[in-house]
Amino acid sequence: MAAVSLNHALVLAAILFAIGFAGLLARRNLIVVLACIEIMLNAAGLAFVAAGARWGQADGQVMFLFVLAMAAAEVAVGLAIAIRFRQSLQSLDVDDADEMKG
Amino acid sequence: MTVLFYIAAVVAVLSTLMVVTRTNLVHALIYLVVSLFAVAVVFYTLGAPFVAALEVIVYAGAIMMLFLFAVMLLNVRADSPVKVPGWAWVGPGILVVVLLAELVYGLTRVSQPLAGHEVGPGAVSDALYGPYVLGVELASMLLLAALIGARHVAARARDEAEEREAYELRRGRAGDELVPSEPGEAAEEGKA
Repeated sequence: MAAVSLNHALVLAAILFAIGFAGLLARRNLIVVLACIEIMLNAAGLAFVAAGARWGQADGQVMFLFVLAMAAAEVAVGLAIAIRFRQSLQSLDVDDADEMKG
Repeated sequence: MTVLFYIAAVVAVLSTLMVVTRTNLVHALIYLVVSLFAVAVVFYTLGAPFVAALEVIVYAGAIMMLFLFAVMLLNVRADSPVKVPGWAWVGPGILVVVLLAELVYGLTRVSQPLAGHEVGPGAVSDALYGPYVLGVELASMLLLAALIGARHVAARARDEAEEREAYELRRGRAGDELVPSEPGEAAEEGKA
């Protein structure tokens, strides 16, 4: 267990964050964009847990719980917005919402 | 344990790549569930069994089911045109590879071993309800605000449609005897 170094866990978090970020920039489907934000939040939580495991403290896991609560709140509001988006614009393409009409 | 970490890491990276490249929405979400399971195994190998369980229960269980229900509610067809052209990946790809190279360079310069002992649910709970109790209260307020906000945003259109339908029904059944509640609409009806 000691052979897993903090660096490898943090690099894994960086790779997951980068993949999520690339998806966020390239994909245009609103649901996939929300899923990419979830990937990035999860990668940030992984970095917290890895840092907590480095010093054997519980603080990293506590921070992950806060990230989890925030992700749940974000996804609830995000999916509600997706439902409204679909009703008013008849699509899920984020590029269709490039005009503010109130 | 070490081997388990690297296997789970490879599974997490591959399944996350599948999430962002699949054009079928449901397939992408199922790959995301696989990715979250793999990250849960990574948490376990890092000596954090409590958050590993929470990752499966809350992320893969609750949040992903919310995603799947939203997809079913939105009635997105599997063949809906969400094709991503190849050139759309060029710009983000360059930016992300540069960012990733910087992160990996910064993170691997000094090697840090892990503490090597497990931090169980008891220690996490002591910290959560000790020094972090204010954060727990704030998280509960955030979740309540999100609950009310999500209900308000998602249900407004349906409520308006239902109210209009109910109003039409009442007016149709009562005929001319019903006095409309709003004076503006009464004037319009009189004109018509």
